[in-house]
Amino acid sequence: MSGAVPAAAASQTAQVAHVRPKHLNESRGVRIVLITIALLFVGLVVVLPMLTVIAQSFRKGWETYAEAISDPDAISALRLTLTVAVVAVPLNTLFGAAAAWAITKFKFRGKNLLITLIDLPFGVSPVISGMVYILLFGAQGLIGPWLMEHDYKIVFATPGIILATMFVTFPFVARELIPLMETQGVQDEEAAVSLGAKGWRVFFKVTLPNIKWGLLYGVILCNARAMGEFGAVSVVSGHIRGETNTLPLHIEILYNEYQYTASFAVASLLMALAIVTLIIKGIIEHKMANSRTH
Amino acid sequence: MKLKSSKRIMSFAVVALFVALLSACGSNNNNNAASSGSASASASGAASASASPSGSASSEPSATTTAQPKSIELLNVSYDPTRELYEAFNKSFADYWKKETGQTVKINQSHGGSGSQARKVLDGLEADVVTLALAYDIDSLTDSGLIKKDWQQSFESNSSPYTSTIVFLVRKGNPKGIKDWGDLIKDGIQVITPNPKTSGGARWNYLAAWGYAQQQDGNDEAKTKDFLKKLFANVPVLDTGARGSTTTFVERKIGDVLLAWENEAYLAKKEYGDEFEIVTPSLSILAEPPVAVVDKNADKRGTREVAEAYLKYLYTPEGQEIAAQNFYRPRLQEVADKYKDQFPTLNLLTIDKDFGGWTEAQKKHFADGGTFDEVYTKG
Amino acid sequence: MASQVKEKRILPGFRITMGYSILYLSLIVLIPLAALIVKTAGLTLPQFWHTVTSERVLASYRVSLLTSLFAALVNVVFGLLVAWVLVRYRFPGKKIVDGLIDMPFALPTAVAGIALTSIYAPNGWIGSLLDPLGIKVAYTPLGITVALIFIGLPFVVRTVQPVLHELENDMEEAAALLGAHRWRTFRKVLLPELIPPLITGFALAFSRGIGEYGSVVFISGNMPMKTEITPLLIITKLEQFEYSQATAIALVLLIISFALLLLINTLQRWTNRRLRTS
Repeated sequence: MSGAVPAAAASQTAQVAHVRPKHLNESRGVRIVLITIALLFVGLVVVLPMLTVIAQSFRKGWETYAEAISDPDAISALRLTLTVAVVAVPLNTLFGAAAAWAITKFKFRGKNLLITLIDLPFGVSPVISGMVYILLFGAQGLIGPWLMEHDYKIVFATPGIILATMFVTFPFVARELIPLMETQGVQDEEAAVSLGAKGWRVFFKVTLPNIKWGLLYGVILCNARAMGEFGAVSVVSGHIRGETNTLPLHIEILYNEYQYTASFAVASLLMALAIVTLIIKGIIEHKMANSRTH
Repeated sequence: MKLKSSKRIMSFAVVALFVALLSACGSNNNNNAASSGSASASASGAASASASPSGSASSEPSATTTAQPKSIELLNVSYDPTRELYEAFNKSFADYWKKETGQTVKINQSHGGSGSQARKVLDGLEADVVTLALAYDIDSLTDSGLIKKDWQQSFESNSSPYTSTIVFLVRKGNPKGIKDWGDLIKDGIQVITPNPKTSGGARWNYLAAWGYAQQQDGNDEAKTKDFLKKLFANVPVLDTGARGSTTTFVERKIGDVLLAWENEAYLAKKEYGDEFEIVTPSLSILAEPPVAVVDKNADKRGTREVAEAYLKYLYTPEGQEIAAQNFYRPRLQEVADKYKDQFPTLNLLTIDKDFGGWTEAQKKHFADGGTFDEVYTKG
Repeated sequence: MASQVKEKRILPGFRITMGYSILYLSLIVLIPLAALIVKTAGLTLPQFWHTVTSERVLASYRVSLLTSLFAALVNVVFGLLVAWVLVRYRFPGKKIVDGLIDMPFALPTAVAGIALTSIYAPNGWIGSLLDPLGIKVAYTPLGITVALIFIGLPFVVRTVQPVLHELENDMEEAAALLGAHRWRTFRKVLLPELIPPLITGFALAFSRGIGEYGSVVFISGNMPMKTEITPLLIITKLEQFEYSQATAIALVLLIISFALLLLINTLQRWTNRRLRTS
């Protein structure tokens, strides 16, 4: 039930708002006041920082902006960021689906513990999430010396960045699917099995259609976070320009070089990626609303 | 049947996980090899190609075939304020090296706080050379055998090709009339400095202030601590790095005076025009940012020759000129003479004579329970 | 674990999904976190205790815990309001506002920190309005709280929203028929249902807040004893090459987060079960 499916919500929103009878709704005045307060809060907390980023990035006009985002270092940072997301997100998705299946379709002891362990990366300081990989794979780490001998580079190279990103985005898909699949119960799947369907088939034909939008929503959030992660990645990256810099790190470098405008320009690029992601999410919710009401 | 398929899927999943990880490692295994394949090592394009893990370990062979590869890569791990210096210096050195040997050298840069950069090298970042803020940070690399113990004798002048000092940056017209360290502890003065625990530059600031107070108070340590306590009571923001402090002072317009590296102060003045003035105090400290070849990595990667040449080039008239242009005090007399208007002479303490070397200074002032902690926690 | 189950499972795939989940969880989360414990084991118990209870570290717990707590509370109140408005009312631009809630997940924390600092610094958009009133935000605990409110908002909104959707109208209807006021209905009928998701959202926002680094260091001012957060102290220890001390403090943070999350998940399961059986 916790952290359940915001996506599922949208479909009902439309209906609820339509059918909510008068005596179950607040007076017009109260509604307006509440909406105003909510909008002011979101405006202050979320929109204002975004506007700052955009305003700062155009402080010196379009040309500086275009220059900043077409810089070869920025492009290689973008490429690395996308590479990291392409590896980390599918792996976490696979895990999320498997974990949700095990947790929601079966009873076993220690379920709370397992769910908590899955949640744990939410609560771990990004600094620590990066540091643990250094403790493991660093030259003074537990298996680092062995890796060095065999010339495997993990930390201060792309694999380390991928691992740290996977750690940070670990819970997103599972967190999204567990409550959703819990509310759906096991009847559909059991019926399919009793009709002779086999494991994979049950998942693809029965479960997946029910959870596909929730799954996609989880993937999208996971992806957004994977592209934006700074703290953990900063610890495991070698900060080498054009090599181990992700977009968030590139932003920091530019900022530290007094290129404030350029750094905000690259930040706005990242924000644009996030916004595209959120638009896709909007479309998904729309589709989901349709698929629910058909 | 079921068991079989589940096993297959399981092993598929495990393999997928590790293939993904290892293939990503593969491409980064051999930076040198990757670039020796592509002869055209144009500044940045080639770099990104070797960073993306898509080409899984395809460039494995060619690594050891030729004795003198056509191009070579060097990683210089440095600290924050040297970005502009090494950007210019790397270009100059690459031209020089090409002319001397016909070899194309591509120099990668990594910047960050001096301490955390040293830690990254210690943890396995394969730097060929380190150019850090304090000898202490390079000393920390000798214990694990990355750098030989007597590294400071490898190059001239304590292996510090350029020096700097700590000066004050004040707002235009010096409205608060700040002339010397003594003015910093007056009521109503806001001083901006980074945190000595996390910033190398801030440690120089702290020691310079300490040295001044010690001379004023005739070596009475209680009075000296009191001076620093008053000084830090005037500090409204302690950023984690030197650049963070400059931003606070310059962009956020907080504080009346910024304690900064001389080169940082000039750079801020250059970037922001006439909004600021530089004040040189009566006494400051000689900061000697040291350089060293990371022996273990250079030998392993076969870059020792070029790494040594790289650091030696810092001492040539060309290298010294670039240092001076980036507001570092050159060692070479002829270059120093040329830029003498830019660098006023002042009384300078040195870390070895006045503070007993970095290990001593670190222990006394900045380690846990040191004088800096006392300034903040007692009273 | 498998042996615990008495009844025969009808559905396939328990072993493989469970096996894979545990394997992946171990590789990505548990083994790395175990490295943290191994490293901390380099300290003797008295050393460990001395490290995690020294004066400055204690002060940093206070700063981190209080600002996280306060930020999470603000988010509980306003997050509930935002979720309420988004679920129950119709207004133009609602879809956009709904989408914006996820921005703090997506924006790099450092960018958020820099943006917030430039807004709330004494010469920033809001800072310059508050400064004449004597209110300082940037470089004070208030600034840290602002950053943590930004970071934590989606956690609360996204946990409350779906529950609010699923609440049946029946009980509200009954309450209204019995002549209860809207406010009274809210307090007596709706709020009890919303408490579990609010607690979950609170816990997630709170535990995220304790660990937050990137957005906070820019706005906090990092003054020892006053605005120094615990994650910064971990970094400070690392800078001094004090690995085991750094991991010791990290371990304390980790235990706090873990205990909090475990408590919440147990509470959640428990209330779920109670609701289902009643």
